[in-house]
Amino acid sequence: MKIKKWFGFILLSAFTLPTGAKSVHVAVASNFSKPMQSLVTEFEKASDYHIALSFGSSGKFYAQIKQGAPYELFFSADQAKPDALQKDGLVMANSRFTYAVGRLAVWSARPDFANKIETRLKKGSFNKLALANPKLAPYGAATLEVLRNLELIDATQSKWVRGENIAQTYQFVSSGNADLGFIALSQLLGRNKVKKMKEGSYWLVPDIMHQAIKQDVVLLLGAAQNQGAKEFLDFMHTDKARNIIAKYGYLASNSMNAEQDI
Amino acid sequence: MSLSDGDMATIWLTLRLATTVTVLLLIFATPLAWWLARTTSWFKGPLSAIVALPLVLPPTVLGFYLLLAMGPNGVIGHFTQALGLGTLPFTFWGLVVASMVYSMPFVVQPIQNAIEAIGNRPLEAAATLGAGPIDRFFTVVLPLAKPGFMTATILGFAHTVGEFGIVLMIGGSIPGETRVVSVQIYDHVEALEYAQAHSLSGIMIVFSFLVLLMLYTFQRKRKAVGMTYGR
Repeated sequence: MKIKKWFGFILLSAFTLPTGAKSVHVAVASNFSKPMQSLVTEFEKASDYHIALSFGSSGKFYAQIKQGAPYELFFSADQAKPDALQKDGLVMANSRFTYAVGRLAVWSARPDFANKIETRLKKGSFNKLALANPKLAPYGAATLEVLRNLELIDATQSKWVRGENIAQTYQFVSSGNADLGFIALSQLLGRNKVKKMKEGSYWLVPDIMHQAIKQDVVLLLGAAQNQGAKEFLDFMHTDKARNIIAKYGYLASNSMNAEQDI
Repeated sequence: MSLSDGDMATIWLTLRLATTVTVLLLIFATPLAWWLARTTSWFKGPLSAIVALPLVLPPTVLGFYLLLAMGPNGVIGHFTQALGLGTLPFTFWGLVVASMVYSMPFVVQPIQNAIEAIGNRPLEAAATLGAGPIDRFFTVVLPLAKPGFMTATILGFAHTVGEFGIVLMIGGSIPGETRVVSVQIYDHVEALEYAQAHSLSGIMIVFSFLVLLMLYTFQRKRKAVGMTYGR
């Protein structure tokens, strides 16, 4: 009897979950998941719309959107995928802008390990250097640029381990398997375990050492009639939203257009 | 189809990995399967469950725990460091160990089924004729359970070739060392290089089909013990 009751309850709740009537489906690059959750909480306080979030890699979202995935907004981890979607004609005109600019940091789970980082990299006194795959992740491409600027590519290349994305790169370092890793500053700030951060050490890479890691958002073609999606995009330009984005270690964009400089 | 040198390297690495894993698994899984098939111990249940865990667990979960366990602060990591081997993640042998865990049920279970199907009688008969345990294994069990071993070999090999989540977690995508075909395809797709992804995926599909065709043709011919696995 009890089991039946529970089963009925589960079935019932499965069918009464928020329906799609007033919701906006948003695809978000996983590196932005934490700030996005805060942004949505803030947005929903003042709006009738519900934001349904899906997190994943930008490359996968690109493939899915091309095949008709029902998203209204796409927050990419880079500019390349929104660019490609624009060329494919799947994006609403003039909807694209840079919503956040990522910051790169060299992080070690070991205390003081990231001090005098250049010397350490040059000497090779570390076991592995984790970086996001430069081919796939904008943070990886930026890492490559930094290493090139420091003329450290040849010195370090044999010790590279590549994460498929910035989250995995972070994992390699946090599990102690790599002494050092180029990760996103947002990953350090967004963590729950502040204690662990104190144990480790990091060096914030000066942003003049690489091209800005711009992350663009686009309104997708299917969203022409979706007022909620437009409202959410407008919200992204408010000071409130910008403060949240900055709190998580990104530079918030203050220009409407991706083509303009930030 | 155009395959780059990088693509070719991943194919060779994958074949090398799958072969190594299959051979090692047959060596380790056979005694295990033998014990599971014959024992009446209470421990049979728990051990069978552990062997079958990779069937249920998402590879990323398995990979994540292996990354922690094999890391410098993990249990396996302490062990390998004590042996002077360093740590296993980001190495070919790290992938071998992880793949062995992942493909274990696909090798143990067919062999176990085959041995169970033989039953006690042939073994007892052999024993009364004076055959010792080792003799019995090689002259009775091995020939009778051969189809089970074939299935185990094919499934173990194929499953390792198709492995992805774990390799992604502990591999680090090092060319010639840990970058296998499945990871290369993923990289191509993520980088929007769909043409290259198609070529490699095409090869994977043809390969997988041929392997399974081999398996099922073989099963049709011989409706023998231990051959119904995967049906």
